[in-house]
Amino acid sequence: MNKQLLLGAEAIALGALDAGISGVYAYPGTPSTEITEYIQKNSGRRDHPVRSAWSANEKTAYEAALGMSYAGKRTLVCMKHVGLNVAADAFINSAITGVNGGLVVAVADDPSMHSSQNEQDSRVYGKFAMVPVVEPASQQELYDVTRYAFDLSESVELPVLLRLTTRLAHSRAGVKSTATRIQNPLNALYAPERFVLMPHNARRQYNNLLGMQERLEELSEQSSLNRLIPGSGKMGLLAFGIAFNYVMEVRQACGLNFPILKIGHYPLPRKQIEALFNTCETILVAEEGYPVYEELLRGYFGLQNGKQIKGRLDGTLPRAGELNADSVAHALGVTKKEVLAVPSIMVNRPPELCKGCGHRDLYEALNTVMRSCKEQHVFSDIGCYTLGALAPYNAIHTCVDMGASITMAKGAADAGLRPAVAVIGDSTFTHSGMTGLLDAINDHSPLTVIIADNDTTAMTGGQNSSANGSKLQAICLGLGVEEAHLRTIIPLKSHLAENIEVLRQEINWDGVSVVIAVRECIETAARKKRNPSANV
Amino acid sequence: MQINIILAGVGGQGILTIAAVIDLAALQSGLIVRQAEVHGMSQRGGAVQSHLRIADQEIYSDLIAEGTANLILSVEPLEALRYLPFLASEGRIVTSTDLFINMEGYPAMEHIHAELHRTNRPVLVNAAELARKAGNPRTSNMVMLGAAAPFTGLASQELEASIEKLFRAKGDEIVAMNIRAFRTGKALSQPQASNT
Repeated sequence: MNKQLLLGAEAIALGALDAGISGVYAYPGTPSTEITEYIQKNSGRRDHPVRSAWSANEKTAYEAALGMSYAGKRTLVCMKHVGLNVAADAFINSAITGVNGGLVVAVADDPSMHSSQNEQDSRVYGKFAMVPVVEPASQQELYDVTRYAFDLSESVELPVLLRLTTRLAHSRAGVKSTATRIQNPLNALYAPERFVLMPHNARRQYNNLLGMQERLEELSEQSSLNRLIPGSGKMGLLAFGIAFNYVMEVRQACGLNFPILKIGHYPLPRKQIEALFNTCETILVAEEGYPVYEELLRGYFGLQNGKQIKGRLDGTLPRAGELNADSVAHALGVTKKEVLAVPSIMVNRPPELCKGCGHRDLYEALNTVMRSCKEQHVFSDIGCYTLGALAPYNAIHTCVDMGASITMAKGAADAGLRPAVAVIGDSTFTHSGMTGLLDAINDHSPLTVIIADNDTTAMTGGQNSSANGSKLQAICLGLGVEEAHLRTIIPLKSHLAENIEVLRQEINWDGVSVVIAVRECIETAARKKRNPSANV
Repeated sequence: MQINIILAGVGGQGILTIAAVIDLAALQSGLIVRQAEVHGMSQRGGAVQSHLRIADQEIYSDLIAEGTANLILSVEPLEALRYLPFLASEGRIVTSTDLFINMEGYPAMEHIHAELHRTNRPVLVNAAELARKAGNPRTSNMVMLGAAAPFTGLASQELEASIEKLFRAKGDEIVAMNIRAFRTGKALSQPQASNT
């Protein structure tokens, strides 16, 4: 079959479709979004339908995936690294219950924080849950390994974590696909002794999981993702995930010949690592992410049985950020050739809210109101409107995690801060904002929540959000917001005076109020105009 | 054979369309392609870049190492300079001279020119004007691709075939306009492409 040019994220999607998934569950998040988008665009051509609409958040996505697996079908669940924090409860416990139909969770980490709040390493979660983790190094491997991961999941009856990073998710290469496997039939598993995690069951299941570990390690030893590239010399390389690519790049470009053990399947293949250690005096550990296994191999007291271990912890490689061929070359002692410098006239070009975006008009109104307040703190959240933190608006003062605007404003209000103002988007509100608003209502914490409703999940490229417009109003009323203090504004320049007045009234009111600022994202509107049939 | 290209611009300027044409042409030529791009926050008017690598043997890294880019193709002159550390000593810059100013402190054009001319024979392209002459200002990216074509290691017929394929759905007229823009750009840079 011919090669198709695919993003790494798309290679996972195609691999999952060809592995016979019956559904994908996900909440958008860079750099994982394109996995689900590819399935949404391409599953229609398949013989059997594949459900693929967006979930409200990563936890609901993961649990739905577990339910589909319980019913016997294969399912993919996708998220960015911080999304796994949201889904962690379900993820960890699904390792205790185990799965029925194959369940693969694709988690895209973002080292260097290109579009994220941290660079946490999802392999830690895999280790924490004690499930197999696969970490392919190329787009073709992503396709092949996604297919394999479903077989693996069904054979060990555990969820499999597929970890990738931004660089691979958002890089294209030619990918060859293989024949599609048909979907599993409905085959729900009656196994309350596994799925009712009351203590007596949970203890037994946990012991089973512990008992599985030896077998999981054996599978890693046999995996084609873990393999030795032979070489010579006293230094050996342990290259994890896409760090392998940079190591190979330098080896090839500089004509070096050190042995490399490529790692892409966890738990670690102990015997293969031991074999490398036996032939080398120094081991350079190159991990794309946290020095998770470097720390383990180094040991708490740094005792290495006479071997020297180098990596991110001793500064041989940078402690933070993604690796590249340059940092690996430096670590290997390759003399750096002189390169041109960035000229001193260079200035940064930070991202900004689009010209004509409704958030601009919202912030103009909000800033006018806040300027007249003694305390001028605005708690905000994750989305395009986070760009309001930058000049010229400088309108928001926090952005921590999905939904934290409302709950942090509530805590600050409880501490006595007046006014306490939160700005959150429609998609983020349904992701994790609703429960916080319920807390504030139950606790009578005076705060004003501004829901910037642009009818989409804009920052990730305009995916459908779970609620907007009248549905958002109904949610707020249902949670207990008083009708008189549930207001709607239209963030347009022509409405500026009116919007300032509404915001001023609600911000000055000593109770819970919600102002919904309704105006469609201009990017989404333009996309709909170009392609009226598009559903995203 | 290995060609490393840095594509540079501002989020929203459409450098990924240029990348898509080159990718397709390289793949059709039986070559191996790796092309890393930027999605997410920077796409909102920030500096964006794509690392595009073409070779006749396996490519390992998705990223280009410093000092090894054969070409920086930029649709904005200041953005061309942002990636200078990647340029190989004999590498070339092909950049549009059309400014995109959406931030404070944008340097004076004469300073940008001076810095560009410190590099190995930069190819400066008044892309918007040439695109207008070719029939539509919106084809300026294809003017830029045409200007860069002699430095990509790819045959112009393959690049034109890819343009045809990618724009086919929009109609013959759009295809013809983009091919015209491509040829306009190429005519400008061809004389500057010799190795001497």
